[in-house]
Amino acid sequence: MSKRFLALIAVLVAGLVLAACGGGGASSAAFECTDEIGCVEVAAGAPIRIASALVISGPNADLGLDSQHGVEIAIEFKGDVLGHPVELQAEDDGCSAEGGQTAGQKIVSDPSIVAIIGTSCSGAGVPLAQIASDAGYAVVSPSNTAPSLTDPAQAWKPGYLRTAHNDKVQGAAMADFAYNTLGLTTAAAIHDGDPYTEGLANAFREAFEAEGGTVVAFTAVNVGDTDMRPVLTSIAASAGGAPEFLFFPVFTAECAHLATQSLEVAGLEDAVRGAADGCFSAAAAEAIGSASAGMYFSGPDLAFSGDTYTNFAAAYQSNFGSAPLSVFHAHAFDATNMVFACIEEVAKQSDGALLIGRQDLRDCLYATSGFAGITGSLTCNEYGDCADPKIAVYEIQSGDYVAIWP
Amino acid sequence: MRDRLRKLDFIDLFLWIVRAAIVAVILIGTVKTILSNPYTLRNWEDFIIFGIAQGSMYALIAIGYTLVYGVLQMINFAHGEFFMSGIFASTSAVAIPLARAGYLASHPIPSLLLIALCSILISIAISLLTERIAYRPLRHAPRLMPLITAIGASFFWQYYFRGLFGSQVIPFPDIPQLEGTVPFLHTFVLKSHVLVIFVTLVVLVGLNFFITSTRPGKAIRAVAENKDVAALMGINVNRTISLTFATGAAMAGVAGMLYALVFHQVHFFMGFIPGIKAFTAAVLGGIGSIPGAAVGGLFLGLFESLGPSLFLQSLGIPAFNQLKDVIAFTMLVLVLIFRPQGIVGERLKEKKA
Repeated sequence: MSKRFLALIAVLVAGLVLAACGGGGASSAAFECTDEIGCVEVAAGAPIRIASALVISGPNADLGLDSQHGVEIAIEFKGDVLGHPVELQAEDDGCSAEGGQTAGQKIVSDPSIVAIIGTSCSGAGVPLAQIASDAGYAVVSPSNTAPSLTDPAQAWKPGYLRTAHNDKVQGAAMADFAYNTLGLTTAAAIHDGDPYTEGLANAFREAFEAEGGTVVAFTAVNVGDTDMRPVLTSIAASAGGAPEFLFFPVFTAECAHLATQSLEVAGLEDAVRGAADGCFSAAAAEAIGSASAGMYFSGPDLAFSGDTYTNFAAAYQSNFGSAPLSVFHAHAFDATNMVFACIEEVAKQSDGALLIGRQDLRDCLYATSGFAGITGSLTCNEYGDCADPKIAVYEIQSGDYVAIWP
Repeated sequence: MRDRLRKLDFIDLFLWIVRAAIVAVILIGTVKTILSNPYTLRNWEDFIIFGIAQGSMYALIAIGYTLVYGVLQMINFAHGEFFMSGIFASTSAVAIPLARAGYLASHPIPSLLLIALCSILISIAISLLTERIAYRPLRHAPRLMPLITAIGASFFWQYYFRGLFGSQVIPFPDIPQLEGTVPFLHTFVLKSHVLVIFVTLVVLVGLNFFITSTRPGKAIRAVAENKDVAALMGINVNRTISLTFATGAAMAGVAGMLYALVFHQVHFFMGFIPGIKAFTAAVLGGIGSIPGAAVGGLFLGLFESLGPSLFLQSLGIPAFNQLKDVIAFTMLVLVLIFRPQGIVGERLKEKKA
């Protein structure tokens, strides 16, 4: 090895050491971070930064924008946290694994962000939870419902929590409604391979069979498919006979295709059709149009009450000029407030500056118990299921979703 | 024979194994399905009609790929966007206002013709713009450059139209006169499917007449044969190439109209998958050949519609319908291995291939 090469390495190493010292020196001026996975320091007068990763473009934009509005209202209502304003960095999860990956990478490259509110879609939540967990961030999703995300044997990662219901609850509620209330005994379920749709379709199948019903077909389509008639025809011809109930918990575009085309397939004309909260937005109602007759939608019970919700609804109307676009606005509001409460609890203060330990923040979030939110009293378990799950079934009456059950 | 065996190298062997495996899967699956037929005759007829209707749309879009390839030897990957732009813009700007005003319900035929005309004209305008701005300056560049430019143009138009009309799914207004079915053989066919198949037939016959018997059509064929000689014969080559793009885009505009009638919704990204499928159809039929595009589209639609039920279901594959794209692209691989020139294509001479 030549001397010049050795000299070059020496210079590089020296540079690294200096850089490391420089970094350490700056933060040790006011505080010492004792947290095992790192800290966020907020200088006096600087904003506390949180990020959102919600679907804000594409056919499912209403779902994510609605949640983002919830986060924005929570920030507006809260005002300052420990004397610091709160700044939101809004990212797009794209409602896909790739989108979750991109949003996650972008957020964790910014060490000043304290916590993440997101994602909208469970498919995006899986990679984002992994990335955020590895980087030491806390993630609270207002909208992920796939059972796998809070199952430590599957996709759960330390630091991930959610205020949305687990779809085990939603699947069971839809099965209960179809079997006991509507009196239907045969069903078919269609998913699109996304963790949310597959998890919910599975949960529905298990619950429906436990009730005593028969699932005659369990199949899948692709995201982006438009011609659903062949798959519907093969469901109508399944060995157990054409199903009385057709459950397709997929997202807006495919949901609208299945809803309209199922009316045109021989054997399914009279089947009762059901979808879930992925197809529950103003845009979805418009896309389904007149095919919504005889169709039911499960989703979180939105019959909220209390002063907070009254103020929230008024602020939503005046800030964004419409009634809530979809279903997870209140969950987003609660998720954001849960994060604020924990920042207030764990942050160390000195001369107007804050030091927030990332592990402390996580511990505090997991310890949330009896937190009074719009969606109910939130208590987190060790794998981050915090919701107080109440599911309702809706139908579309002249363009609006109206709860009809329970 | 012995000579051929000796020449058999590793890649040939591998291709043979692929062929044998695919053919075996198809044969075993089909035989099993026929033995334990889970469907009624009516179901099979339904699958075929769905396939023909879907295939008609692929065929119309594939014409654009094949015409442009014939003339420029270039794959115009922005063609899916010509398809999207026409119907997406005319749904937002024409169909929805007409439906709001009640004119669509009271005068469906003139309204539909107006929407179709707008769709065709917008598609043509977008194609001419793309050709003039993005492709013509690269006419003599290496062949990879227009290809990459086409992909760039495709993105540009997608996000341009997203900017104009938004990223949400826009429902196409319902037309009551097109709802319902008509009886046919043992089944009932959707009126919208009847319209799709009828319009496609008329348009394809018209296109055939245009290409074979009119002066501009003959000019397109002459330019496809040899640009330099065509120019010497007094044909304006640039104008003829523009005409080729416009013809393909008009077909795409018609396909867009039919798509909206069958699927009831439009979206800025709706051109991507049909575009790729139609490209597959064009290659399947033999790229450069117009009957090839029609036949390829029809075959692809039928494979997609029949395939999962015909030979995947009985193999016990879960969620077999999700594999319809796999079938479509496997068919492409099979055709490329067995008959590289496509189903009806001619073997190209060295110069063009």
